[in-house]
Amino acid sequence: MANEFLEPITEQTFYLNMGPQHPSTHGVLRLFLKLDGEYIVEADPVVGYGHRGHEKMAESHLYEQFLPNSSRMDYLAGLIFNHGYVAAVEKMASIEVPQRAEYIRVICAELNRISSHLLWFGTYIMDLGGFTPFLYSFDDRENILDILDRVSGSRLTYSYCRFGGVARDLDDEFIKATREFIDRLRGRWNDYHNLVTKNVIFIHRAKDVGLINRELALRFGCTGPILRAAGVGYDVRKAEPYSVYPEFDFEIPTGTTGDALDRYMVRLQEMEQSLRIIEQALDRLPEGPIRSAVPHKVRPPKGDYYFAVESARGALGYYIVSDGTSYPYRLKARVPSYGNLQVLTDVLPGTLVADTISILGSIDIVVPEVDR
Amino acid sequence: MAAWQKLVNFLGPDLTVIIVGLVAILALVQVNALFLVWLERKVAAHIQLRIGPKEVGPFGILQTIVDGVKLVGKELITPRHADRKLFMLAPIAIFLPVLVSFVVIPFSERLQVRDLNVGLLLIFGFSTFNVLAVLIGGWASNNKYSLLGAIRSVAQNVAYEIPLLLSILSVMLYSNSLKMSVIVESQARVWNVFWMPVAALIYLICATAETNRAPFDIPEAESELVAGFHTEYSGMRFALFFLAEYSNMLIVASVATTLFFGGWQSPPLLGFLPVPGVVWFLAKTYVLIFIIIWVRWTFPRLRFDQLMNFCWKIMIPAALLHLIVYAGIIKLIN
Amino acid sequence: MSLEDLKEELSKVVEPTAISPRDHDKDGCLLEIRATVDQVESVAKAARQADLFLESITATDFTNGPQVIYHYNSFVTISRVLVRVPLARGDSVPTISNVYDAALWYEREVFDLFGIRFDNHPDLRRILLPEDADFHPLLKDYGKVHAFRSREDIYG
Repeated sequence: MANEFLEPITEQTFYLNMGPQHPSTHGVLRLFLKLDGEYIVEADPVVGYGHRGHEKMAESHLYEQFLPNSSRMDYLAGLIFNHGYVAAVEKMASIEVPQRAEYIRVICAELNRISSHLLWFGTYIMDLGGFTPFLYSFDDRENILDILDRVSGSRLTYSYCRFGGVARDLDDEFIKATREFIDRLRGRWNDYHNLVTKNVIFIHRAKDVGLINRELALRFGCTGPILRAAGVGYDVRKAEPYSVYPEFDFEIPTGTTGDALDRYMVRLQEMEQSLRIIEQALDRLPEGPIRSAVPHKVRPPKGDYYFAVESARGALGYYIVSDGTSYPYRLKARVPSYGNLQVLTDVLPGTLVADTISILGSIDIVVPEVDR
Repeated sequence: MAAWQKLVNFLGPDLTVIIVGLVAILALVQVNALFLVWLERKVAAHIQLRIGPKEVGPFGILQTIVDGVKLVGKELITPRHADRKLFMLAPIAIFLPVLVSFVVIPFSERLQVRDLNVGLLLIFGFSTFNVLAVLIGGWASNNKYSLLGAIRSVAQNVAYEIPLLLSILSVMLYSNSLKMSVIVESQARVWNVFWMPVAALIYLICATAETNRAPFDIPEAESELVAGFHTEYSGMRFALFFLAEYSNMLIVASVATTLFFGGWQSPPLLGFLPVPGVVWFLAKTYVLIFIIIWVRWTFPRLRFDQLMNFCWKIMIPAALLHLIVYAGIIKLIN
Repeated sequence: MSLEDLKEELSKVVEPTAISPRDHDKDGCLLEIRATVDQVESVAKAARQADLFLESITATDFTNGPQVIYHYNSFVTISRVLVRVPLARGDSVPTISNVYDAALWYEREVFDLFGIRFDNHPDLRRILLPEDADFHPLLKDYGKVHAFRSREDIYG
């Protein structure tokens, strides 16, 4: 290019490849952009760099053996994926779960949701150029990881839920640490709001950027904070209640316009609602067994089943076809980031390259769950 | 006569001063870069609830030297289809003009290499080289990301120079001269920042934009363009870009100190302290640099068109208005 | 739209015998529809009229041919609808990407993993596997599986 400036230039548009190795596309995502100067004309997300074949693995593994796979699909919300899978199989095989186990599952799932949102918060602002909130949110996240580590044994990819309950019981240390964490995080909201939410530069980067309205979300099947920021109060925890969520009092925060700032506010408010759920669950934690008696190899009856839970990024669904044996015949994980990522093909054209980062960050995609 | 006295006689007093001064400036710039890199890392770390370098030397002071040694040892890679001559020229072109600008900075009453009549003009003349060097570096790298970064940098620098120069025009109207020492002496009664605060603010904002520091660091935005116009540079060439950025910060802060904060003069009520002028000068300069570093780690980045909007629609009208108002005020005072 | 209205809309498009209610508590769906290949598009249009969103498209492989499964759901009430389309190996299905843009990627995935082609899809290429792969992994005669059964074995 540098030595050929004498060639006549005819085309106005040029192609730019963002990724697969790029600091801002979290995970191995490749955005193939057609640019006209600084404006995007076409955007084509290319995925599949992390395809590991989880669904094929399910067909040759026992139901119990697939449990670790489920949390590796989306490693940031691993417990929620675990919970969904285990609850799906329990529903298929009509396995009863003791109340204490359900409460424990809800507490851990909400902690996982908060840790996923905290990571999103840090990395989103970091992509926009503010390097400092990243370290504050990771400081809070370390607390959650330590709490979950002491009860499940791992910090990121948990295999904590079992068919019929959970693997280990909570101890007093856990409850004390969680209560301290709740107070500590509540004290942080002021910092986050004063330093980030009210920051004029941040508002300029996020307001009216990447508008996704209800119509667009319906066409692309987007769920989760994207849909809620567009004004639709669809949350699987309230629409199709599972586990013990009906017993808790929490709200579904929604936005109005569906721009990046609304998505940001929805997620921050969701974290506060999750704190409320954890508090109520800790207050009402019943005594009792943590795991009911379950046959050594679970053998659900024949047929196909669908079970939906609310992951940190949207509605997660497990579609399982069982042939009566202890191996699934077909397992499909309907992941929220699939539709959320696809909406970029419609939102990005017409925007600036610098806005791509803001939109991508505010949508909060985890590419390994798209690739499975 | 001793040998050195013969040498001084042979060269003449002016030339001796220049040679000694240039050597001193080189030393100052290198030590400043060392110190500033350490300062930035420590300040950033403490803002981010971390500690920063602490292993190498007391408080990690020697960390930069070790990093420099590492950079010197790295292979100098030139991309295959890059324009070799321009590629090698860019880091030199970005570093030398900054070095030369130090010649006219008054570090104290007598510590000034050359008190040119057009001192201020020289500084801003040489700071424009920055734009050229960035463009050369971005173009010669044969890389779309670098070119994008270079284009943005050129647009940003050219735009922000206008309010920069307009804001210092008010200072020049008051001091009636471009000579740096005269500007400092004109603040003997009251520093310029106390009665021209808007000009100082405009100058500091434009200076941050000129040195490509956050929140104006789109040209080297790490998360968008990998490293902008210096993506393809490695080893000592990269170190030169780095050095140029920190030296630029020092120049910009020194000029701000000279124009607005009274240069080497002591603060209003502390004149009785037996502190030499150069210490006051350096103290004020480094406080300003600390503020620039502080701002970098607090704010996110402006989007490029918002950055340009801010310059053309807010800064330039503000600077023009300021110039007109203060031209009137100065006329009334005199 | 309520469940009864939805049933009414759909019975204009498929035979009423092909619509069977299911127990949501047991298996997560409210309605199941057995559709043929030519009814796929009209079912999708009826679902769009009923303000449902496309939740997923997937497929399962059987000895007597694969089966494509569509899930539709609503933002407003519990109303998951499962549409089941049995095929023979090598059959192709009309695309519904002109009704739901989400189908663009879901159908690409089904093509990539099962080899089922979708007619009139604007951009049918592989999405998860590399572009030059020459196999369809989720077919039951590829790789390691535990069982390969017929449709009747599972659904009776």
